[in-house]
Amino acid sequence: MDLTFNADEVAFRDELRAWLEANPAGTPPHGDEDAHYGWRRDWQRRLADGGWAAVHWPAEHGGRGATLTQSAIFYEQLAAAGAPLPANVLGLLLAGPTIMTWGTPEQQERYLVPILTAEEIWCQGFSEPDAGSDLAALKTRAVKQGDEWVITGQKVWTSMAQYAKWCMLVARTDADAPKKHQGLTYFLLDMEQDGVEIVPLKQITGESEFNELFLDGARVPDANVLGGVGNGWKVALTTLMNERSGLAFFLQVRMRQLLDQLISEAGERGLLDDPVVADKLGELHLRCEVLRLTAYRGLTAIETYGQPGPEGSLTKWMWSDTNQQLTQLAADILGPEALTNGAPWAFELLRARGNSIEGGTTEVLKNIVAERVLGLPRLR
Amino acid sequence: MHFDLTEDQKEIKRVARELLAARSSFARVREAAEGGAQYDPALWDELRQLGWPGIAVAEEHGGQGLGAVELAVLLEELGYACAATPFLSTAAAAAAIQACGSDAQRSRWLPALASGEATAGIGTRALCADGVGAAVLVLLERPSGEAMLVTGADCASLEAIDPTRRYATVSGGDGEPLGTGGAGAVAAGDRIRAAIAAEVVGVAQRALEMTLAYVKERRQFGVPVGSFQAVQNRCAQMLLETESSRSTALFAAWAADAAPERLPEASALASAAAADGGRSVTASAIQAHGGIGFTWEADVHWLYKRAQLDAALLGGARQHRARLASLAAARVG
Repeated sequence: MDLTFNADEVAFRDELRAWLEANPAGTPPHGDEDAHYGWRRDWQRRLADGGWAAVHWPAEHGGRGATLTQSAIFYEQLAAAGAPLPANVLGLLLAGPTIMTWGTPEQQERYLVPILTAEEIWCQGFSEPDAGSDLAALKTRAVKQGDEWVITGQKVWTSMAQYAKWCMLVARTDADAPKKHQGLTYFLLDMEQDGVEIVPLKQITGESEFNELFLDGARVPDANVLGGVGNGWKVALTTLMNERSGLAFFLQVRMRQLLDQLISEAGERGLLDDPVVADKLGELHLRCEVLRLTAYRGLTAIETYGQPGPEGSLTKWMWSDTNQQLTQLAADILGPEALTNGAPWAFELLRARGNSIEGGTTEVLKNIVAERVLGLPRLR
Repeated sequence: MHFDLTEDQKEIKRVARELLAARSSFARVREAAEGGAQYDPALWDELRQLGWPGIAVAEEHGGQGLGAVELAVLLEELGYACAATPFLSTAAAAAAIQACGSDAQRSRWLPALASGEATAGIGTRALCADGVGAAVLVLLERPSGEAMLVTGADCASLEAIDPTRRYATVSGGDGEPLGTGGAGAVAAGDRIRAAIAAEVVGVAQRALEMTLAYVKERRQFGVPVGSFQAVQNRCAQMLLETESSRSTALFAAWAADAAPERLPEASALASAAAADGGRSVTASAIQAHGGIGFTWEADVHWLYKRAQLDAALLGGARQHRARLASLAAARVG
């Protein structure tokens, strides 16, 4: 057992730190979401120029072939430096690895480099109004016409659709398949065409991170099927398996920074001597550390056994719970000023409600833990 | 970075699990408990012969020359078995004396503790595990947290709710600081709490496994109760708390030897997680067992009671959360 970074990991971290110091992301532009996104896009271009945009990708595709631990270090350091996630995060974390796994050489040649440079942004067309946790229930249809597919349906919670050139789209190509997860196909959909309508979805924070996507006769050529017709469920699983590994470390450091800020503000108000406040802050510190340690245990398990151990299913749940508890405590400690429109804490409080829903609700995660990790019988 | 046991440590764990499954079944634990915490002498003899009490004691003092992680591995397994032995107190005291004691203290106490010829007690004057009959006590002073070596004290048996271990209150006796006192003696307390936390991980793991086995078997309304989502969610929560305790207990055991500067925080993390986690997981085990879980006949209550007393030996979670809050505040500045 060794909880220190080895020489390679230290070298990786130090090189990255030095680069981040020499290339600060700077201050984000205020207010305007488009300007903010432009800033992140520019940031990714700089990362790509420095060879840091996709450290977990193999060197042949412009990455550094980073180990899981190095990749975790990358996201930790990025957050620690106050830098944003690269603009094309869905492309880097989801589309790229999925295309590397399932794509033809032509597809890999065509799509990977523009993902890396943020020249082409990607979004993810999985969830639908009636297919959230139950993804296989999706209804969007793709019908073959000549050497094209014609897509009709609706997607929801599509972040970055307004900036995206491409969409990872899962649609039903065989309505008569005996099981609902059969008969699905994974498409690479060009967003810049008639038949694709993007409607921003205003969320409880007042912002619009997400969109609804209305597909009415959108077209995808045969060449843009990924992983074969009827194989969409498996390809989608590759995407989903990638989803939970990289971001966790970034989010965890961000939460730590938020806690440190709350401690600092509580200190300014002379509240650290209040035993109730100290107890709650101590609990949050514990939870943040448990999350960090457990996430590292998960990495070791994957590096050793090729799959996460029982602890691997727990970190998303821990994170969302803790972030909600943290932002709620801020409202308790800071009072109305944390509940004022435009106040950063108000945003964090409201945004945190999404944490236990996005990327798998806590309820469904508990079901998954119970059935797949604990081996309890299913009753559904 | 490799946050897992080494192959050697896994082997120790496997051997301990097998041995204790054979020698310390719940039937044996029950015998000891119902006999008024009369420890199982055959089991203790066997553990002594295997050299377990001296696992973290240097070879020059008759120990195995291994460290805090190996001690934690054994303690997790003894917690898993809820074994009725003075192992925790003796081995944790020996490990603390080895790491933090003076040369004279080491020479005086370690050979006898490592061989198990003598036993030790750990805790406070208000609650001392295995004080009665112990050759030496390692007591934590309040509020400094320094560990004192106490001999010749009056130990009065305390009839605690956990009958699988002997507890005592302590008065009088001659005390001297462990080592030169100060930070070293505080670190001894951190090591002892890290050891207790490791035991709690085993207690929680056993409670979880017993519960899973029960809810898969027990049928109501024609189906296993483990298919009910409310029961499943409870089990998932038990896993979360068990693994949270495990992450922090392993961190504390590792820090004790490999990164002593991180031990104060690591030990506070492990103590806070174990004190609350152990109680919560074992309480859930009783609940998930339904009516049978509330009977003396079922074995889950041994685990619940051990978790309660371990939490008390840890000093409760609240003081550790307070320590964590002040550590975090100091870092923020």
